[in-house]
Amino acid sequence: MSVMDESGMFNVQQTIGSVLCCKCGVPMAPNAANMCVNCLRSEVDITEGLQKSIQIFYCPECTCYLQPPKTWIKCQWESKELLTFCIKRLKNLNKVKLKNAEFVWTEPHSKRIKVKLTVQAEVLNGAVLEQSYPVEYTVRDNLCESCSRFQANPDQWVALVQLRQHVSHRRTFFYLEQLILRHDAASRAIRIQQVDQGIDFFFGNKSHANSFVEFLRKVVPIEYRQDQQLVSHDVKSSLYNYKYTYSVKICPVCREDLVCLPSKVASGLGNLGPLVICTKVSDNITLLDPRTLRCAFLDARQYWRSGFRSALTSRQLVKYFVFDVEPPVSEATVGGQKYALSYVQIARESDIGKMFYVQTHLGHILKPGDQALGYDIYGANVNDNEMEKYRLSVKNGLPEAILIKKCYEEQRERKQKKSRNWKLKSLPMEMDDSRGRVDPEKTDKEYEEFLRDLEENPELRFNISLYKDKDYQASETASMTDGEGAPSVPIEELLADLDLSEEEEDDDDDEEDMAE
Amino acid sequence: MMSLQYDNNNCEIGVFSKLTNAYCLVSATSASANLFTGYESKLKGVIPIVTTSIGGSGTIGSLCVGNKNGLLLSHTITDQELQHLRDSLPDEVVVQRIEEPICALGNAIACNDYVALVHPKLENNTEEIISDVLGVEVYRQTIANNELVGSYCSLSNNGGMVHSNTKVEEMVELANLLQVPLVAGTMNRGSQVISAGLTVNDWTAFCGSDTTAVELSVVNGIFKLVQSQPDFVVSEMRKSLIDTYV
Repeated sequence: MSVMDESGMFNVQQTIGSVLCCKCGVPMAPNAANMCVNCLRSEVDITEGLQKSIQIFYCPECTCYLQPPKTWIKCQWESKELLTFCIKRLKNLNKVKLKNAEFVWTEPHSKRIKVKLTVQAEVLNGAVLEQSYPVEYTVRDNLCESCSRFQANPDQWVALVQLRQHVSHRRTFFYLEQLILRHDAASRAIRIQQVDQGIDFFFGNKSHANSFVEFLRKVVPIEYRQDQQLVSHDVKSSLYNYKYTYSVKICPVCREDLVCLPSKVASGLGNLGPLVICTKVSDNITLLDPRTLRCAFLDARQYWRSGFRSALTSRQLVKYFVFDVEPPVSEATVGGQKYALSYVQIARESDIGKMFYVQTHLGHILKPGDQALGYDIYGANVNDNEMEKYRLSVKNGLPEAILIKKCYEEQRERKQKKSRNWKLKSLPMEMDDSRGRVDPEKTDKEYEEFLRDLEENPELRFNISLYKDKDYQASETASMTDGEGAPSVPIEELLADLDLSEEEEDDDDDEEDMAE
Repeated sequence: MMSLQYDNNNCEIGVFSKLTNAYCLVSATSASANLFTGYESKLKGVIPIVTTSIGGSGTIGSLCVGNKNGLLLSHTITDQELQHLRDSLPDEVVVQRIEEPICALGNAIACNDYVALVHPKLENNTEEIISDVLGVEVYRQTIANNELVGSYCSLSNNGGMVHSNTKVEEMVELANLLQVPLVAGTMNRGSQVISAGLTVNDWTAFCGSDTTAVELSVVNGIFKLVQSQPDFVVSEMRKSLIDTYV
């Protein structure tokens, strides 16, 4: 029409006339059947032969719908996916043209889904008729295969990963738990159980356990062996049903442990040590000689070849007072961490009268008047063969003390148990009480130490996710202004936790404010 | 006004018969016995009813066109049939065969006793013959973009019914040409092929048996069948024309 106007051609105006509907005599615009829509509808039903009610199967455990023959599809109530699923289940729908489909609200407990479909079809001499009709789906509960198997026996595990570290504390597992959460490595575990000196992970599939062990291999130095137990077998069809167990051992040397290297290992590392500190444990172990600032890395395979243990562990750390720090003799940077070699004059907190003059790698952070934690080799009763051998072999004896880290306890006390502005997530672990009860107090203390470690060591929290704690009150921090305080986590490193209830609470707060 | 059927279930009576003011032709096939009796019950003694075939075919309504002045027949008609018609019809009706490539004259031409609408592609020669034999003014026209004007409209001297899709402007134009009132309508329960479902002259009309009451009332109204009688047809028609359209 508009094109003709523009071209300037004469255009005859056309008015659509009206004819009477041949059945009821209502005036209407002419159509192919020359019947009004109502008469046409009464004459022909295009929904004839289309399904009006149908049964669908729903697994209440995993909220899945059965797509025959065997697929289970996870859909939300009244979601787009569910609508697609519902339409797909209808037969004969290809005979008509589907124009629209929408849910009609039904009570969720009614076990009915109603969908209103609008279809088009050609009737009588090519007139196109559109008609909408409701389809009722009867939802029948039916456990899907995996859920029913789980229901019958929840312990349907096929593979078990027994993760163990034979040390007296659980610090490694606290750290590992955060790593696993960060990488979502144990998401396919059926059950996680905390046991003495370790954690058990149960998997429904061998390959899941395999990939989990692979993950562990990348983050900690481990050694593992796999065993299998025959559960049942069918000789005729050569089917064997096994349960697999992975026994995974984490290297017992932890961060901050003092190690006296066996002479073979020491010479293999270029006559390192042999008294060394373990400064970092990831997929390999970093060893530092505090008296030369020399450093060596051992990967898991190298470590397990000799399998040495630590002579003194972090539980045996003793508090020292620092009286004098001499200027650094030399400096070194190992893996981003700076060390400075100095001579310091120290005394044990328990025996202030006895002064020691020792070398330390902490010359850059220690000042006179500080407190430091270290190993008291002078007073310790070390039960380590390598240490004994070394003691006998050196002429001027072992160093009396080896400092490990600066102690921030004083500052922390001054802050009066300041709560942290961050928190960690935790794995859903079950406790295994069968082999002796775990002391909850000890666990809490160890966890607190682990959190402190995280605060003090930025390198440690590099790999894990810290979340903002919204219960934390910011006002308390204002009082702490003087000098250098205990290290804390900068707020930029924290992640906001996804919490759907948060918004509602905010709304409530707003309302309260208004009331005030 | 009467509903008729051809054979058992065929309502397209216009295809098998032709009705004018001066005569009525009915297909000579055995299946048209009902149709013939139907016509006979109304027209016996008023106008001659002739059974015939054209070129051996029963679809005579499609193959001929005529009014009270004459009858034009498709070139497929045999000499024998032509002679039969000449013998049966009144002397004042001119019966003629025309050599026109479009042999379905009934579908291509619609006429009453004064005006004819013809297919736009009809030969000039044919147009002249139509004008001479039928004594009508000839207009080349389409109805609702259909060239088969004979199929999509039925005319009498009182009125006419056209294809249901005909636009209002087009109907005004056609009414001016024909000088009779027109209406858009359907026959046989919504069928747009009007002339197949309806045969009409000035005082009576026959329609297919599928035709609904609504359609019948439209036909009654436009062709003024209720009060009209053969004697005062002409005067009545003239009056209505001037009333409505001048």
